[in-house]
Amino acid sequence: MLKRNKKTKKGFWHDAWYRLRKNKSAMFALFILGLLVICAIFADYIAPYPYSLQDYNHTFEFPSRKHLLGTDNFGRDILSRIIHGSRISLLVGFSSITTAIIFGGLLGAVSGFYGGKVDNALMRAMDILMAIPGMLLAISLAAALKPGLTNLVIAIAIADIPGYARVVRAAVLTIKEQEYIEASQCIGASDGRIIFKHILPNCLAPIIVQATLGMAGAILSASALSFLGLGIQPPTPEWGSMLSSARQYIRSYWHMTAFPGLAIMITIFALNILGDGLRDALDPRLKN
Amino acid sequence: MDNVIEIKDLSIQYATDEGIVKAVNHLNLQLARGETLGLVGETGAGKTTTALGIMGLIPDPPGVITGGEILFEGTDLLKLSKQRLRAIRGNKISMIFQDPMTSLNPVVTVGDQIAESIRIHEKLSRAEAALKAKDMLELVGIPGDRYGEYPHQFSGGMKQRVIIAIALSCNPEVILADEPTTALDVTIQAQVLDLISKLKKEKNTSMILITHDLGVVVEICDKVAIMYAGEIVEYGSLEQIYDQTAHPYTKGLFGSIPDIEAKTSRLKPIPGLMPDPSNLPEGCSFEPRCERSCQLCKEENPPLIEIGNGHFVKCHNYGKVGEGEDV
Amino acid sequence: MSELLRVEHLKKYFDTPRGLLHAVDDVSFSIERGETLGVVGESGCGKSTLGRCIVHLLEPTGGKIFFKDEDITNIRGERLKESRKSMQMIFQDPFSSLNPRMTVKSIIMEPMIIHKLHQGNEAAQEKAVLEIMETVGLAKRLIDSYPHELDGGRRQRIGIARALALEPEFIVCDEPVSALDVSIQAQILNLMRDLQEERNLTYIFITHDLSVVKHISDRICVMYLGNIVEQCPADKLFASQFHPYTQALLSAIPIAKINAKRERIILKGEITSPIDPEPGCRFAARCLYTKPECLEVQPDLKEVEDGHLVACHLY
Repeated sequence: MLKRNKKTKKGFWHDAWYRLRKNKSAMFALFILGLLVICAIFADYIAPYPYSLQDYNHTFEFPSRKHLLGTDNFGRDILSRIIHGSRISLLVGFSSITTAIIFGGLLGAVSGFYGGKVDNALMRAMDILMAIPGMLLAISLAAALKPGLTNLVIAIAIADIPGYARVVRAAVLTIKEQEYIEASQCIGASDGRIIFKHILPNCLAPIIVQATLGMAGAILSASALSFLGLGIQPPTPEWGSMLSSARQYIRSYWHMTAFPGLAIMITIFALNILGDGLRDALDPRLKN
Repeated sequence: MDNVIEIKDLSIQYATDEGIVKAVNHLNLQLARGETLGLVGETGAGKTTTALGIMGLIPDPPGVITGGEILFEGTDLLKLSKQRLRAIRGNKISMIFQDPMTSLNPVVTVGDQIAESIRIHEKLSRAEAALKAKDMLELVGIPGDRYGEYPHQFSGGMKQRVIIAIALSCNPEVILADEPTTALDVTIQAQVLDLISKLKKEKNTSMILITHDLGVVVEICDKVAIMYAGEIVEYGSLEQIYDQTAHPYTKGLFGSIPDIEAKTSRLKPIPGLMPDPSNLPEGCSFEPRCERSCQLCKEENPPLIEIGNGHFVKCHNYGKVGEGEDV
Repeated sequence: MSELLRVEHLKKYFDTPRGLLHAVDDVSFSIERGETLGVVGESGCGKSTLGRCIVHLLEPTGGKIFFKDEDITNIRGERLKESRKSMQMIFQDPFSSLNPRMTVKSIIMEPMIIHKLHQGNEAAQEKAVLEIMETVGLAKRLIDSYPHELDGGRRQRIGIARALALEPEFIVCDEPVSALDVSIQAQILNLMRDLQEERNLTYIFITHDLSVVKHISDRICVMYLGNIVEQCPADKLFASQFHPYTQALLSAIPIAKINAKRERIILKGEITSPIDPEPGCRFAARCLYTKPECLEVQPDLKEVEDGHLVACHLY
């Protein structure tokens, strides 16, 4: 109950950033992800070879000075393919999560704000979606649609929507009880204004946490679908499809599976650590 | 005099991101046996921190006791081991918290919660403890056959009675009651205050009552300490504080309360706000809000001086010309 | 003086799993322009629900509300939005009544933006914000602060400023000072009184604190379990109370004076459930003077003295 020092002016995000910065592992994860984003953007300049350059004189080479992570069955440089693959992974992760947040968030906000029959109908629909295992849903959607980047994003997004709808609905239900919502009704604010100006900005924190953790899941799903041949098609490099095509050589050429797998693992790991860090930084209960 | 609790020069600080918050500063306090002391102050005055300090419950980090002694029957609680302290806490000193809604475990019956607290401090069989718990319930005015009910089946006033029963279950010598009736309605508050003063007389327990309500203090206290920004600014008997008010802050508090018996058109509030405890003024902490501040007040923090039989005040201006004016 | 607001047989029931909760049950009163009507009662007596029905935050189950002789019970859409300009509310909790992501400026400016005041001109609106801030005693430098940087008293001033932004004639104040420390509480009470004089405001002042209600009100309604049990001019209530509940309530207030010890009436038991209440007087179960009649017939509010109304079979 101590009063806060009022010397410094700080907003909520400023405070959250300050807390996040003190979390060393989250900052490390953020650094890794930053590297990944740079790799994705400047892949053409960073990668030592073009990702589709085939060199039949140097197939199945183990890591060497020339090919840092070795080459695959077509003699393509694995490091270059991983670097280019980060584009697809980040793109799929980001766009599917964004789609899922927009639709799930809107459904959750409407459902939580209006309650009653609307809530009941929407949430039962979400329950049905949730009853189907996410991976299975994504697989069937990806199989029904044609393989490809857009359809991959759609398949993953649809499977993720119920999760966001629930998170947002729960947040909206709590925020709806706050007196400032009544206060804005009292000054004549429309429902849309209340939802967008007062409710959604206040439930951004749980959404961000969920999105960071969800992005890890989405990247994993994308890799899994590609591994099954339902996602990105060769020769476009994607970590999952690289694993898939390397699996028949796993006994003799370990590097072909190990490095794409490691790339997936490190990315997921970094996203999860960052997600945990964000949750701690954004949790208002830790605010003094 | 036989003092159960004696606090000497106690200072407690919290280290936060924004600097060091001085919650309690050089606090001196005595509690005589069988006496009830009202510790009065506003939000952030350091009342609860003081009580937690006595209980050894200051969250560390960020809280640190930076100096002083807390003597309980002559032993310094701050020097005891954790085990010894735990034995005293609960057995000899118990605390009643403000919020009756969250101080009880919702999945254990109220009777079992009382019995459990009895069994922690006394070697009794389950059946014996249950019997004693029933007696405790009756003592606080709840029929013993409600032993098997859960907290949610009780109203706010009843829950607070249960908490009082738990606090009394080990026959403590001192009870620290932190705003025990603040969350209750007035008619229920009257019932609970009535109960507390009755039990206190019966058991001759000493008590420190923490409150912001000067009306509640009159009902059950013998002595009053007024706290401001982590310091005691005035200390004395009920009559001394209420009828011979000496400190400007105490006067301000009385002036802020709307008088229910007379029609006053305007209240006389204290201007300004309590100083930031991480950035206390150099001199007297009340100086920025005080009508009678002078140069000395800005420079030097006044000591607590005795101005009458057991009446202490922390003000440079006491006794100077103009003193004795009405509030 | 002329009548500003009239409430007739207002009812608000909530459907709960355990039955129908009678939060406000057949309440009628009227308020003159420039007057403060205090509504006092303990938690669960329906006083906040009453205030929320009047400002259309809740839809009443029955009864009528007239504002300047116009029936506003069921207005919607544009007419409701228009009525917001004349009726505002100040909330209890200075912590949860302000959006933590908005600055002081955007909080006070929001009503002006919604109602396109000052021709929708942002500079003019900002000027108006500064004027209101000065009126309620907020320093100009706080304009870009966030609520969590301020203390309870200042936050409550922001809430008052927001209510004043539309220049209403009538304000429902729901426990506006109960979350504040006494010295701050006195500052806010003085402010509200000054504003009333300057702007000829009409208040409904809802509180559980009898000394506060006595201080600020001209007339007082005492509520118990959804009913008004006593209604009279403020100074009269404290001189002579008729309803046994009012008597007990008054005797229970702790007074910060040594020789104020009075005959204390300690009520038996606790407030009974407002869900599907039994017929008869709601207070009968705790009353010291219960008669057989009290358990059967609910007493009506009747005038026992000039301007002093009581709902009790004893009179």
